[in-house]
Amino acid sequence: MNNLLFLIPVALGLGALGLAAFLWAYRNGQFDDLDGDALRILADEAPPPDRKA
Amino acid sequence: MSTCCAPTIGNDEPVRAAEGRLRAEEFARSGRTDSAGLVHYVVTVPSIHCADCISTLEAGLSAITGVRSARVNFSTRRVAVATTAALADPFDIVRTIERLGYPAMLGAGESDGRDPVLSQLMRALVVAGFGAANVMLLSVSVWAGADHATRTLFQLISGLIAVPAVLYAGRPFFRSAWSALRRGGLNMDVPIAIGVLLTLGNSVYEATIGGGETWFEAPVMLIFFLLIGRVLDHVMREKARSGIDNLSRLAARGAIRVGPDGGTDFVAVEEIRPGMVLQIAAGERFPVDGVLLDGQATDIDRSLATGESLPVSVGSGDKVEAGALNLAAPVHFEARADADHSLIHEMMRLMEAAEQGKASYVRLADRISSIYAPFVHLASALTFVGWIATGHGAHAAFSAAVAVLIITCPCALGLAVPVAQVVGAGVLLRRGILVRTGSAFERMAEVKQVIFDKTGTLTLPTLQLDDDLSEENLGLIAALASQSRHPLSVAVASEARRRGIIPEAASELAERPGYGMEGRIAGRRARLGRQDWALEIAATYTSDRHGDLWFAIEGQAPVRLTIRAELRPGSRATMQAFDQRGLPRYLLSGDAPASVAAVGAMLGFSEANIAARIGPSGKAERIEALQAANGPALFVGDGINDAPALGTAHVSITPSDASEVGRASADFVFTGRSLGAVSDSYLISKAVLACVRENMALAILYNIIAVPMAIIGLVTPLGAAIAMSTSSMIVVGNSLRLRLKLRQPVAEPQDEEPKAAGRALRQEVRFG
Repeated sequence: MNNLLFLIPVALGLGALGLAAFLWAYRNGQFDDLDGDALRILADEAPPPDRKA
Repeated sequence: MSTCCAPTIGNDEPVRAAEGRLRAEEFARSGRTDSAGLVHYVVTVPSIHCADCISTLEAGLSAITGVRSARVNFSTRRVAVATTAALADPFDIVRTIERLGYPAMLGAGESDGRDPVLSQLMRALVVAGFGAANVMLLSVSVWAGADHATRTLFQLISGLIAVPAVLYAGRPFFRSAWSALRRGGLNMDVPIAIGVLLTLGNSVYEATIGGGETWFEAPVMLIFFLLIGRVLDHVMREKARSGIDNLSRLAARGAIRVGPDGGTDFVAVEEIRPGMVLQIAAGERFPVDGVLLDGQATDIDRSLATGESLPVSVGSGDKVEAGALNLAAPVHFEARADADHSLIHEMMRLMEAAEQGKASYVRLADRISSIYAPFVHLASALTFVGWIATGHGAHAAFSAAVAVLIITCPCALGLAVPVAQVVGAGVLLRRGILVRTGSAFERMAEVKQVIFDKTGTLTLPTLQLDDDLSEENLGLIAALASQSRHPLSVAVASEARRRGIIPEAASELAERPGYGMEGRIAGRRARLGRQDWALEIAATYTSDRHGDLWFAIEGQAPVRLTIRAELRPGSRATMQAFDQRGLPRYLLSGDAPASVAAVGAMLGFSEANIAARIGPSGKAERIEALQAANGPALFVGDGINDAPALGTAHVSITPSDASEVGRASADFVFTGRSLGAVSDSYLISKAVLACVRENMALAILYNIIAVPMAIIGLVTPLGAAIAMSTSSMIVVGNSLRLRLKLRQPVAEPQDEEPKAAGRALRQEVRFG
């Protein structure tokens, strides 16, 4: 029982961490263009778009 | 630019330049500055289709001085470019894209940002999913027989997760239920909201006193499943909307204004006021209604505005409607109305008025829920009364009543419609057909008759030549024709290209609006155009035949070119598909009776079902009358003049090269050339509706089994959870079966060579 009292918050905390990670990714536009990302890996030397000074 | 004499091809350059300036002005205005001082532009590039396109465009754009970043969004076919102040001319972005070989469209509209509704739904969905998973895990251990203290603890923790999760994720349902109740109506969300809130309240009570059954997992799961349906539905509509947006015009939404001193500047369509003098280049559409100024003449194509398939000549003082296409020469014209009072907007208003009637259409899901919701509440209330009457305590009676509410909560029903529709929309999308709303499937499946427009719908808006033309003649004619944008000239030039004939070289070219083209080929004068004008220079030759297009060159007998419109491919097969299903067909057109009758005869419309020379409001009235007589109608049309009809008909479909107004109002938009899309949409809609009905039947069957068990108190939380998930899975599985069924294409309509069919379609061409 004492183990449980300790483990349940840990489990929930990890779950919440995953949830927060997803929401962060969604807000950052990681899910905006799923088809495009599938194709980008085929490009030879597509420079990262934000690297230009 | 001179405004008096007929302009020659030689000064076509300024016209092109003016067009470019128009787009440049509009593009520069479309930029939005963010807090960091970067200016953001969005360009729609529909022809992006591969990984190479992405890297080509991004590398090409990043090379421009002043471009901070360029990113292609492949899903929406849009390019987002962030620029700094170092960028001298924003239009370089568009120029670069087009130089790389991709036609660019301006006016991505407001849709370049995020879709706020989708973000909200997505957040609600993941929160509900998180809640459902964790509460489920805790509940399983309770069901597996945790002892008393642990059990109560787990129930309390479940409550702590479930209550906030449901209150957050269920907001879309609570809101919609509340607004329905305020209007004094019932929709599907009312029993959902009541059931969820009662269940939560009851479970919190049970958990705090300890020892009873709690139902925390049921409401969280229910909200989770329902949100899946909502998200799918929303994504489908969003895809269709952005697809239709991407079909938007390549031209700018504005015009060049000519000031009293002769200077020119750019005005957006919204800024045009009556009395302004505008310069309309050849190949542009007139933005508002107005009249041509003195000494101006050109040919215009009114097919989008009135359905007239042949170009007409207009001169000084003639009225031109908004939406007409200027074919021959740049002209100055005086606006007589602002954009809100021009023909296009007139049509928009007629259409909106017509759609008021359509708004009363009740979707199948809502029809079911209007019966279902009272039934659920009644069953629950009767259970409560029954348990009290049979001598149980209020607490037991209340628990049983709540169990009934939960078990009947329309999980499967909520998924039944959107899943089937999303599958259907996906199948149609692969065939190049966009569906605007979910209810379009239902309305399409209900139609009892089909009404067609002619120009641009049954016939393609191109004029083609007969094959009986000698090669050397075609080479001579193409010398003139290839230098003009008049549709007849374009038809001749494209025929020459098709046969691989190189046009002769011509000099001293001039376009005479209302007459034709003239020039010199190898020193001999040549004319292509109206019969009387062309034959002035011909060797002695008389003919009693009028109409058609004539070519004359000094020292040679003149040549007559017969012009005909071409039937859209697949039109015969489409007619057959509807005939086989016994749907009567009607043809309503604004064009001249002779050509309408010719097309009608070729496609087997009965005489009584053909009507020509019908104005826009006339079309809408006819459709209304036909719908009153034979039931719901499908209307197939494309023009501005069809907009009211598109709105009036029960359901409508339009080709993607239709007018903007048409695309904005039709339920379905098809992008291919083939008319087969019309019968495809009909057949697939039928299949989708059948699938929706199966899903409904399955969901209701589940209720017939589950409700009696809940009433007599046999349903445990475990049983409810299992029943709920399986019924949802069955419904989703059945919808995926539809996908398998539709994977084989519905027989692709194939006509015999349409050229042969078109032979019969001789058209009177008059230039005067």
